[in-house]
Amino acid sequence: MRVRRIGALLLTAAALAASLTACGGDDKFVIGVKFDQPGLGLKGTDGKPTGFDVDVAKYIAKELGYSEDKIEWKETVSANREPFIQQGQVDMVLATYSITDARKELVSFAGPYLVTGQDILTRADDTTIADVEGLSAKKVCGAQGSSSPKRLVDKFGEPWKGQYLTEQQGYGACLPLLEQSQVDAISTDATILAGFAAQQPGKFRLVGKPFSEEKYGVGLKKDDKETRDKVNAAIEKMFGDGSWKKAVDANFGEFATAFATPPALEKY
Amino acid sequence: MSSVLYDTPGPRGILRNRILTFVFAAAVIVAAWFVYLKFDEKGQFDAALWEPFLQADVWVNLIIPGLLNTLSAAAVATLIAVPFGFVFGIARLSEHRWIRVPAGAVVEFFRAIPLLIMIFFAQYGGSAVLGLTVTSFTAVVFGLVLYNGSVLAEIVRAGIQSLPRGQSEAALAVGLRKGQVMRLILLPQAVTVMMPAIVSQLIVLLKDTALGFIVAFEDLLNAGARILPANFRNLIPAVIVVAIIYIFINVLVGLVANWLERRSRRSRKTTVKPIEAPQSVGVG
Amino acid sequence: MGALVEEFPVILGAFWLTVRLTLASAVVALVLGTVLAAMKVSPFGVLRGVATAYVNTLRNTPLTLVIVFCGLGLGTVLDVSFSESLSTNYLWLSIIGLSAYTAAFVCEAIRSGINTVPVGQAEAARALGLTFTQNLRFVVLPQAFRAIIAPLGSLLIALTKNTTVAAAIGVGEASLTMKSMFEQHQDSVVAIFFGFALAFLVLTLPTGLAFGWLSRRLKVAR
Repeated sequence: MRVRRIGALLLTAAALAASLTACGGDDKFVIGVKFDQPGLGLKGTDGKPTGFDVDVAKYIAKELGYSEDKIEWKETVSANREPFIQQGQVDMVLATYSITDARKELVSFAGPYLVTGQDILTRADDTTIADVEGLSAKKVCGAQGSSSPKRLVDKFGEPWKGQYLTEQQGYGACLPLLEQSQVDAISTDATILAGFAAQQPGKFRLVGKPFSEEKYGVGLKKDDKETRDKVNAAIEKMFGDGSWKKAVDANFGEFATAFATPPALEKY
Repeated sequence: MSSVLYDTPGPRGILRNRILTFVFAAAVIVAAWFVYLKFDEKGQFDAALWEPFLQADVWVNLIIPGLLNTLSAAAVATLIAVPFGFVFGIARLSEHRWIRVPAGAVVEFFRAIPLLIMIFFAQYGGSAVLGLTVTSFTAVVFGLVLYNGSVLAEIVRAGIQSLPRGQSEAALAVGLRKGQVMRLILLPQAVTVMMPAIVSQLIVLLKDTALGFIVAFEDLLNAGARILPANFRNLIPAVIVVAIIYIFINVLVGLVANWLERRSRRSRKTTVKPIEAPQSVGVG
Repeated sequence: MGALVEEFPVILGAFWLTVRLTLASAVVALVLGTVLAAMKVSPFGVLRGVATAYVNTLRNTPLTLVIVFCGLGLGTVLDVSFSESLSTNYLWLSIIGLSAYTAAFVCEAIRSGINTVPVGQAEAARALGLTFTQNLRFVVLPQAFRAIIAPLGSLLIALTKNTTVAAAIGVGEASLTMKSMFEQHQDSVVAIFFGFALAFLVLTLPTGLAFGWLSRRLKVAR
């Protein structure tokens, strides 16, 4: 008797859980963006993401025939972009996603829709770091799974990594560490750093000496040439009709001048 | 117990205890004051950092969705882990070596390795080996089921073994088959005995969902430690608020566990005392 | 399999870090847990209150949250710093988190160990005129200690597994190393997983056997 009652209870709970986890219909267009990156992709208090990546994504989706209410936003972090695309959990990814040859082995890219470079953010009153060489004896914070800290480790070596590098869960976690002098610099794409710096004017300084070239692309399933061509056409249209410029100005504020002209598309 | 360790204090003892109590209280206050000063010095009491928690939007769109994800991961994992625990717990008591041994190996293996590496394995292995889509939700649930299911299997085994042998002997003697003995005689009594232990393990499971933070599962901790700070730069306040929510929920479930324990102690269904929960150290 | 052989020194280094994390956290947790247990049986209401609040708070908070708080909060707000080297600093911050969390469970284990000593023992000691300290030292604790060996053993095993959570603040112990190996060697995910799982078994199973043997040997005959 007791067992049967507990069984019934479990079944009820199962039904409840199933209804909780049931997802929307299949006609949704799922786009992976960052949720924790001001200026690029940030989930705000209205529960919807905003930022440059999000604006470009909306434009592309519209061109592909998906209105805004058909879009399902999904959080992607640096560490899970490739698996999300490969496994089909998202239809496309616009999440500060740099086009690299290594990644091209796993996914395909449309774009680039923005070109930036790895830069350095320090406290406003700290003038000791002029360029990347200045980091050789400075404490740096990076995000786990991001390629930016790897580039510094390649440059300065493993001993430097042990002494001067910490890798946290996302760049947002680095910010309080920089603010309270636990680290001296955060180093990653200028766009990301600009997004954080723009939130608190006067508190941080963007060094402004990029030492890499990051081309933000739209991550798509490997070998899906048809979608890639369509997305490229959409980006081209966005460059042409002024929407691109508007999105840059709206999201990067005082740093918008760094991204004045749209990049050349790399079609393949 | 603690009162037997020392005599009821006399007049001088009472005075000494009062003085020491005062000293300890002062020390606690000084420590708290120090923490308060540090928080104040770093501007952690700024209204701007705490004000978001007064906005309905922040709760409705950022915190509650995270909480629901945490709760649904815990609910789904519970629903699979409990049957898993019963199946493997009973299998370990089987008379057949070929059932008993593999079941034991599975249970012991998953109890002995960290939950986080199972979650990582689900995340990477699922697609690399089987070509399956593994969401962070699935990965977290996978790990939670295998680990907590294995612990529950041990609870089930201990629960059944805690019953007097006479129960199954008598049942067999009146002609019940083995399956009937388990279903009609042993399990109903064992469930009563192990209910408190099961519920405390479920609290552990609930806490362990927080590991999802490391694989970017959009859970409560993710809302507190990543999404809220990105909007309001209030990491420490957000983590503290989220911690309070976790504590509140766990205390609530803990009260249910206590109620169940009292209830099963009252019920005269079996004379066996409830079994102890295993060392319920959560990972999460 | 090739990946495991190739990266063997890296794996060894990662597990060495796991072992160091475990041992350091175990020592700190044991000391802190004992102090908390002493506070809980003390005649001072303030201390009992503080210990109870501590244990209830830490036991009901997820370890990941505790570690994140230690990693990002202790340094930034309370100015806690252990080393100029960042990896050493975060190693110690994660040790603080792990031991603060584990201490709450150690405290409960010791307290229930004290409760296994029959009241008559303490009463008899009191009747003989032993003071509070003598009572604890000569009568109650020696018996309680034997009763808590097994629970402490399971705590040590749990702690060994829990050190993986230090990955949350970027401490490169075994689990984080396994994850980056997954990324580099996508074709041998299964071999890597079982390699790491086996290494954890090597760490946890002997601990369990040793503590089981010890607790049986030292069991108080009643």
